[in-house]
Amino acid sequence: MKSDITFGQYVEGNSVIHRLDPRVKIVISLVYIVAIFLAKSVTAFILLTVSSAVFVVMTGISPRLILRSMKPLLFIIIFTAVINLFFMTGENPVFEWRFIHIYREGIINACLIVLRIVLLITATSVFLTYTTTPLALTDALEQLLSPLKKLHVPVHEFSMMMTIALRFIPTLIDETQKIINAQTARGADFTSGGLIKRGKALVPILIPLFISAFRRADELATAMECRCYTGGEGRTRMNTLKSKPKDWVFFFCILLLTAGIVLLNIFFPLYTVLK
Amino acid sequence: MNAIEMRHVSFAYGSAKNGPTAKKALDDISLAVESGGITGLIGHTGSGKSTLVQMINGLLKPDEGEVLLDGVNIWAEPKKIRQFRFKAGLVMQYPEYQLFAETVAEDIAFGPKNMGLEKDELDRRVREAARFAGLADDLLQKSPFDLSGGQKRRAALAGVIAMRPKILILDEPAAGLDPAGRRDILGGIKRFSRESGTTVLIVSHSMEDMAMYCDDIIVMAHAKILMHKPTAEVFSDWEQLASVGLDVPLITRVAAALIENGVDIGRDVYTVDYAVGKVRELLGENPES
Ligand SMILES: Nc1ncnc2c1ncn2[C@@H]1O[C@H](COP(=O)(O)OP(=O)(O)O)[C@@H](O)[C@H]1O
Ligand SMILES: [Mg+2]
Repeated sequence: MKSDITFGQYVEGNSVIHRLDPRVKIVISLVYIVAIFLAKSVTAFILLTVSSAVFVVMTGISPRLILRSMKPLLFIIIFTAVINLFFMTGENPVFEWRFIHIYREGIINACLIVLRIVLLITATSVFLTYTTTPLALTDALEQLLSPLKKLHVPVHEFSMMMTIALRFIPTLIDETQKIINAQTARGADFTSGGLIKRGKALVPILIPLFISAFRRADELATAMECRCYTGGEGRTRMNTLKSKPKDWVFFFCILLLTAGIVLLNIFFPLYTVLK
Repeated sequence: MNAIEMRHVSFAYGSAKNGPTAKKALDDISLAVESGGITGLIGHTGSGKSTLVQMINGLLKPDEGEVLLDGVNIWAEPKKIRQFRFKAGLVMQYPEYQLFAETVAEDIAFGPKNMGLEKDELDRRVREAARFAGLADDLLQKSPFDLSGGQKRRAALAGVIAMRPKILILDEPAAGLDPAGRRDILGGIKRFSRESGTTVLIVSHSMEDMAMYCDDIIVMAHAKILMHKPTAEVFSDWEQLASVGLDVPLITRVAAALIENGVDIGRDVYTVDYAVGKVRELLGENPES
C-alpha cells in the first residue's frame, strides 16, 4: 500500500545544462527533436548518438537513471522494432522460413527506429524532465507563449493553474494515503472482488479527497484575494529569467548540429532506408 | 495476557530505508500493554507515535520484530490481517476528514458492514456507538458534512467504536478541540473503556489530559521507548521528561518548585485535587473540611 512517490523526475544538480535558461532549454529540445526526425542516414545517427552521449555526461546524471526512464516505453520500443523487422521488404533477404522473410533493410530500419526513440527520450530527459524543475518549466512556457496574450489567450492564467496544480500534487498524494489508511483501518478492502465491487470501494476514498481538495481550493482563493491577486495584468516576478551568453552558445551549437545532420543525410547517405 | 505486545520492532519508511539519510521511525521497540486499562503514549513530534500505533492494527508491517494481539502474531498469516484491523480499532489523527457517507448513521455503519454484519445488528451497533461517542440521536440522519468540527470528530470515533474492537487506539483524539470538547471526547472514551472493558491506547501531547485519564504512560523519544510506568511514576521523573523536550502537568511543576524550596509535598503530584489534599495535610488541616 505504501508507495514512494517522488513527484516529477527532477534530479538535483548544478551542471551547465541544469543552469541553462529554461526558455532556451525548451527551444533547444524542440530543435533537437526536429534534428532527430531529420536524421536518415546511419552517419547522421552516429553524430546524434555521440552528441546525446556528450549531453548526458554534461548533466552528471547517471546513464542508468536515463535508461530507467525508458522502461514505461519498453513495450512500444519492442513493438515498433518487431513490426519493422518482419514487415519491411527489401532486396537483400537474410532469413526465410515459411511465411517469415527478414531482409537486411528490415534489420537496419528496426535498429534505427529503436535508436530514434531512445534518442528522443534521452533528449527530453536531459534537457527537460531531469534537469529542469516543473515550476521553472511552467514559468518558461508562460514567457515563451506570452505573445499569444495579444490574441487574448489567457497564458498567465493557464500557467498559474499549472503552478498551483504542481504545488498541490504532493499534498494530495499525502492526503490520499491518509484517507486510504483511515478507511483500511475500518476494514475497507480495495483488492478483492470484481470490477464493480472495486469501483464501489473507491467511493470512501474519492469523496473525502474531493471535499478536501475543494476546501483547499477555496482557502487558497481566499488567501490569494486577501493579497490582492487580480491576474496577470501588470504583475512582476521575483525571479526574472535572463538569458546569458552561454545560453546562446548552446543554442547555436544545437543549430550547427541540426545543419550537420542535414549535410550528413545528403553527402553520406549510408543505408538511408527510413521512410 | 497482554492485549498488545511488541517484540523488538524496528521500522523505517520507504524513503528513509536506504542511503545515507537512512533513519528509523521505530528502533527496537518492545512493549506490553495489559488488558482493560487506559494507556497513554506521549513523545515529541516525530518521535514515532503515529508509526507505532499503525503497527498495532497492521497498517504498517514491521521490518523486524513481531506484533502480538492477545498473544497472536498478527503477521503470522498476512492474508488474515483484516481481522486484526477489526480487533484493534484505530482512530487516526484528524479523523473527521475520513467521513464520506450520505448520513452519519451510514458512515458509522461502514466498519461493521465491512465485518459482514446485517441490518438489525448494524442498527444496534450504530446506536450504541453514537451514545458512547456522545452523538445525539437526531444527528444520525444528518449529512456528516453538516456537523460541527467536534461533532464530526465524534462521528468518526463512533465509526470505530461500532466495530466493537477489543483494543481502541486513538491518535491525538483531542487535538485542535477546545477544553470542553477535549473533556467531552476523552471523558466519553474513559466511560466507554470502563463500561465495555476495552483496552485503550491514547496518543497525546497534553500532559494534563494524560494525567487525568490514563492508568499508565509510555514515553517515546527518537524512535525508542524511554519509559513505560504507572502515571504517577512517569511524572515524578520530570528531569528525564524535560531532557527529551516534554513537559509535566502544571501542577507537577508547582510541586517541583515547592520541593526545591524545602516543602516535602512528594514527587507523585499530577492532579490538582491530589495536590490540594496534600497541601492541606501539610498545613495540618483536616482533609475533610
Ligand atoms: N508517510 C511517511 N513517509 C515517510 N516518513 C514518514 C512518514 N510518516 C512519518 N514519517 C517519519 O517518521 C518519523 C516518525 O513520525 P510519526 O510516527 O508521524 O511521529 P509522531 O506521530 O510522533 O509525530 C518522523 O521522522 C517522520 O518524518
Ligand atoms: Mg503523529
